[in-house]
Amino acid sequence: MAEKLLEVRELTAGFHTERGFLRAVDRVSLSLEAGQTLCVVGESGSGKSVTSLAIMRLLDYSGGTIAGGEIRFRGVDLTELPQREVMRIRGNRLTMVFQDPISALNPVFTAGDQIAESLRVHKGMSPKAAWRKAVDMLRLVGIPDPEMRAGQYPHEMSGGMCQRVVIAMALACDPELIIADEPTTALDVTVQAQILELLQRLKRELRTSILLITHDMGVAAEMADRIAVMYAGAVVEEGTAAAIFERPRHPYTIGLLRSIPGTTGERGTELYTIKGGIPRIEQLPGGCRFHPRCPYAMENCAREEPPLLEAADGHRSACWLTDMPEVMT
Amino acid sequence: MTEQPYLIEAVQVQKHFPIRRGLFGRVAGHVKAVDDVSFGIHAGETFGLVGESGCGKSTLGRVMLHLQRATAGEVRFEGRDIQQAGARELRRLREEMQIIFQDPMGSLNPRFLVRDLIGEPLRLHRRMSAADRDDRVVSLMEMVGLDATRRNRYPHEFSGGQRQRIGIARAIALEPKFIVADEAVSALDVSVQSQVLNLMMKLQREFGLTYLFIAHGLNVVRHIASRVGVMYLGKMVEVAGTDALFARPLHPYTAVLLSAIPEPSLTRKRERIVLQGDVPSPANPPSGCRFHPRCPFVQARCRTDEPPLATIAPGRQVACHFPLA
Repeated sequence: MAEKLLEVRELTAGFHTERGFLRAVDRVSLSLEAGQTLCVVGESGSGKSVTSLAIMRLLDYSGGTIAGGEIRFRGVDLTELPQREVMRIRGNRLTMVFQDPISALNPVFTAGDQIAESLRVHKGMSPKAAWRKAVDMLRLVGIPDPEMRAGQYPHEMSGGMCQRVVIAMALACDPELIIADEPTTALDVTVQAQILELLQRLKRELRTSILLITHDMGVAAEMADRIAVMYAGAVVEEGTAAAIFERPRHPYTIGLLRSIPGTTGERGTELYTIKGGIPRIEQLPGGCRFHPRCPYAMENCAREEPPLLEAADGHRSACWLTDMPEVMT
Repeated sequence: MTEQPYLIEAVQVQKHFPIRRGLFGRVAGHVKAVDDVSFGIHAGETFGLVGESGCGKSTLGRVMLHLQRATAGEVRFEGRDIQQAGARELRRLREEMQIIFQDPMGSLNPRFLVRDLIGEPLRLHRRMSAADRDDRVVSLMEMVGLDATRRNRYPHEFSGGQRQRIGIARAIALEPKFIVADEAVSALDVSVQSQVLNLMMKLQREFGLTYLFIAHGLNVVRHIASRVGVMYLGKMVEVAGTDALFARPLHPYTAVLLSAIPEPSLTRKRERIVLQGDVPSPANPPSGCRFHPRCPFVQARCRTDEPPLATIAPGRQVACHFPLA
């Protein structure tokens, strides 16, 4: 097997509060091979964004802490590096695309300036060369009339256009890995389709690896080679996109897929629901964190937390129930 | 199809907002947020209104409730133009028409107890004792699946899905006939969203509610609505029964919109039509058909003549010179 580009092992991260440590991410393990797209799927409070901030080592700036585990990027453990060294990697070999492009861009600098900045800082380019490369990047991400757009400020562009600028920034230094946290959630569907198309083209042509954080199973189906499903701070299932969609094993994944309206069942009929709500991080149930909402919960589930075990070739699930009844349609 | 009268109907509704410029607020133009839209909703049905941001769907929803006065046109509720209604009649009409907003945290006063939030419409519109009102609040909370013992708490103590249930309880407190749900489930997580949708469908069955369901999530509309209207830049471009619309869209924009939904499946894949460019500004819409600069099937006529919303089959209307076959 090829060397892993990114390997997260038993990552625990969270926030120190007056009432103790809030464990937002609990022993999460993920791995990503070069040239692949891994989607981390989950609802609010699943810990998917905290995971991505931890990998970027940006959690320190958001009031959080990495409490344990390793984040190996090309074999180097990022959790061990001082921020000075991380800065050489972040924005250069490892970059990020955020959900809201308008707030990710600096309103007082032009699009061209913001892309050129990382090239000057990380690649030591002259201002002129960096600007030329910035214009090339805008062209690459499909912005018409890139020379003119490079001189414009974020407020002069639409949301979809701004997200292209953010992606151009993320790509400028030719990174090995892009982490995209809900990159299309703030956009309209037709613009989302354009951005997803762009990400796929970049992956094909530049062989960029992508770690995509999303709540949308549809986006995951479109983009992912592999999918990790997170629930309340932990990975509950992980496998190839085909395995997750066609042979999901964890009751949470199954419930999530069945809850999506407009895909199964007659119009107007009652939708499948997962009973109850997403638990608060500070009030996680004991045993399996999903057991109070699980339709298949057994006695053991309330007592012992199931480990994430390989259920089939490369397909892992954290559930005591190994023979999942055939419920998918 | 039987031609039963509409419960609520928009007749050539326009809503224009002035754009003011300069020191003296000179009117420099108008944003035509809703431009000559006509459609109706039958009693007991759910009409889905879809389109992207800025298409005018929320403005249309507000005009239907007379939360905003139309620039021109009529909004008829049970046959009567509500814009002509006097203060007294309007107050009565307000009981019949309610709205559920997208963001329950933004629409619920954080300083009110849940009991007072749900009881407020009763206090304003019904003469009843405090004890009777409290009984009614309890039964409303039970109806929407909330624990009524928590009625003396504040909205921030509830989760997103529960807050949306509070908004729904408030909306149904006066037993309205018509409810506008403006992106009512868009902010919710999938597992919670399906619970709220089930609740809305249950209440519709029990009370014969009529919904105008405004959403940008097409999968949700596909499940809950019996008819759908598609808006683009202030215009209604297509109206059809839900099944017909999803099976065979006639307007190119509808086809593009449907093809853009990422399907949560590896096997069911639509052929994607990716649009070029962005939505133009509604202050300065393109000539002819408003969709023509982005339409993959544009022809010469589309640039000059604006296509009217024409009925081309029973229950199917489309505003296109060359509807898709």
